[in-house]
Amino acid sequence: MATSARGGSRSSLQRMRSLPVLFTVLAVLIFIFYQFILGNLVQPVQDFVGGWLPLTAVNQCLIWATLAVGLNIVVGYAGLLDLGYVAFWAIGGYVAAWIMSPFFSQWKVNIFGSALPGLETGIHVNFWLVLPIGAAFCAFWGIIIGAPTLRLKSDYLALVTLGFGEIIPEVFRNAGDVNGFNLSNGTKGIDPLDPIPTGPFHLLPGVPANLGPFDNTYKFVVYGLLCAFAIFVSLRIRVGRLGRAWLAIREDELAASMMGVPLMRTKLAAYAVGAALGGIGGVAYATLTNGVSPDSFQFANSIILLAMVVLGGMGNVWGVLVGALILEWINSTGLAQFGTSFNTAFGTSIEFSSYNFLIFGALLIIMMLFRREGLLPEARTRQVLQEPERGELEAVGADLEGTAV
Amino acid sequence: MTTAEVTTEAPAPPLSMRAEGITIKFGGLTAVRNVSFTIPKGSIVSLIGPNGAGKTTFFNVLTGLYSPTFGRVYLGERDVTGLAPHRIAGLGLARTFQNIRLFNLMTAEENVLVAMHSHMRSGVFRTVLHSGQQRREEREGREVARELLEFVGIGRVRDEYARNLSYGDQRRLEVARALALQPQVLLLDEPTAGMNPQESARFVDFVHRVRDEQQIAVLLIEHDMSVVMRVSERITVLDQGEKIAEGSPADIRNDQRVVEAYLGKTGTEGYGSDA
Repeated sequence: MATSARGGSRSSLQRMRSLPVLFTVLAVLIFIFYQFILGNLVQPVQDFVGGWLPLTAVNQCLIWATLAVGLNIVVGYAGLLDLGYVAFWAIGGYVAAWIMSPFFSQWKVNIFGSALPGLETGIHVNFWLVLPIGAAFCAFWGIIIGAPTLRLKSDYLALVTLGFGEIIPEVFRNAGDVNGFNLSNGTKGIDPLDPIPTGPFHLLPGVPANLGPFDNTYKFVVYGLLCAFAIFVSLRIRVGRLGRAWLAIREDELAASMMGVPLMRTKLAAYAVGAALGGIGGVAYATLTNGVSPDSFQFANSIILLAMVVLGGMGNVWGVLVGALILEWINSTGLAQFGTSFNTAFGTSIEFSSYNFLIFGALLIIMMLFRREGLLPEARTRQVLQEPERGELEAVGADLEGTAV
Repeated sequence: MTTAEVTTEAPAPPLSMRAEGITIKFGGLTAVRNVSFTIPKGSIVSLIGPNGAGKTTFFNVLTGLYSPTFGRVYLGERDVTGLAPHRIAGLGLARTFQNIRLFNLMTAEENVLVAMHSHMRSGVFRTVLHSGQQRREEREGREVARELLEFVGIGRVRDEYARNLSYGDQRRLEVARALALQPQVLLLDEPTAGMNPQESARFVDFVHRVRDEQQIAVLLIEHDMSVVMRVSERITVLDQGEKIAEGSPADIRNDQRVVEAYLGKTGTEGYGSDA
């Protein structure tokens, strides 16, 4: 028993070192493949890749992964069930839409911005500045929303966060006319957004100064970096004072408070950090889709993100990353492609992509039955789910002794 | 009752903790009625009483879990009545739990480090940036944690998950975790529950060591009278929410009201040999 715990932590440490390398290599290979190789391949191969793994889908996966990693801080680290994470995604998206587009045409502000020619009115802030602004704004709203709700426990917290997840997109839907001021453009949403400026990197051969809707390979680099940033923050914050306090709260709230951990502040910190990463994901998503609309921030998104966290392995960043990449790929491309192939092969006309939630639900049930800890679980959680507690075993022993007497 | 009056007349020794006129009502039920209580610096005192006497309720008032209906609690010179539990803990009141409440999926060392939370400073940004200050803080925290684990005698299981430790080691880890708060007062809630007489005897020595080496006052809630009589310098007895006696172990042993509270007036059942 003793050695197994130690062995477990050692192997997980090795995995921690090799996984970043693995994912970095993978990212570089993907970049090289799409940028330099794919265009030179024969047409059928190009079609196959374009169908099954288009770069837009990869980019979308990366953004979902960034968001899932952010949600993991709230759900996986601190153990606070949040069913309304999409709220921060929406806030981040609208921040980007406000200060990176011609939308507020009554003003003309440009802070290192990259306004498209002819669309110079409005507020144009540089994308790389919008990221921290969006993160900070979301963290602020995380604290505003969290301060009253985090006093609640488990199920009640989940319900109230669910409420906020519904309210925030509704606010944007209805804020087309706030006392005559158009805050969100209502159901139409806001577009187009400014392209992502590459700054000094455009001096490199082949790199454009601004990444428009079709510069997917370079956008891949941008979103990859953002996802890497979210992972970096998650990993770093886990091992310090705050990460330990989150774990302690997840384990035993009362004991944690008796050991000097301020519950509200610590939970709020988790909520704020999670919200900030959600904001970064939201800003990135707005640039990917080149606009925001209230319809893209649905309750289902919160649930899919949660499914990614649970499926991947709650609490383990790498698991969540893998879970997010897989689920979003299935959701965006895999299922539809499979449907097309299936229908052509068997002459049916089943619309597979409309069954996505059925499949996710079934997937979650299967996971709960056979691998509750997720694909790549945290070493600690694996402990709980696979090994009985020593105390339990000894209690069994004591009971047996009791019957013998 | 008389013994309580004697102690208040004596020249006041420096106190680690003081509770004055604590009353707690739950709805119409008075769980604790007008109990005053002091813990002198560096002393070992016990709180005893039959089941349902209000010991745990009183304990929970001291730690800030309940706010008293009337009365005030002082830690050192500071009025801590109504402060949140984590504030009181940070000001130097540590406790263990009757039913062990460790952070099961954290290692022994991590358990101890959690209790240093209020003595550490690093926030989100310093942690993410791994600032020099943060790394120093972590390194020093780890060293202190190791020393504490050595002190309670479980240095060898530092990297084990708390859930995998033996029952005795878990009890020790709880003490190490509590000591990491650098408390003025350590509250032990039935620490010898589930121990055999040899282990209890060793525990008595251990409590003395904690007091002598760490300069901490200890308050004990305990059922095992042999432990209470051997370890305590002063004993307070609660019965039905009221303080019925206070004094040295010898006084308590001979106090008529205590004997009645434990044995009933006829003295036919329970606790006979101990009290």
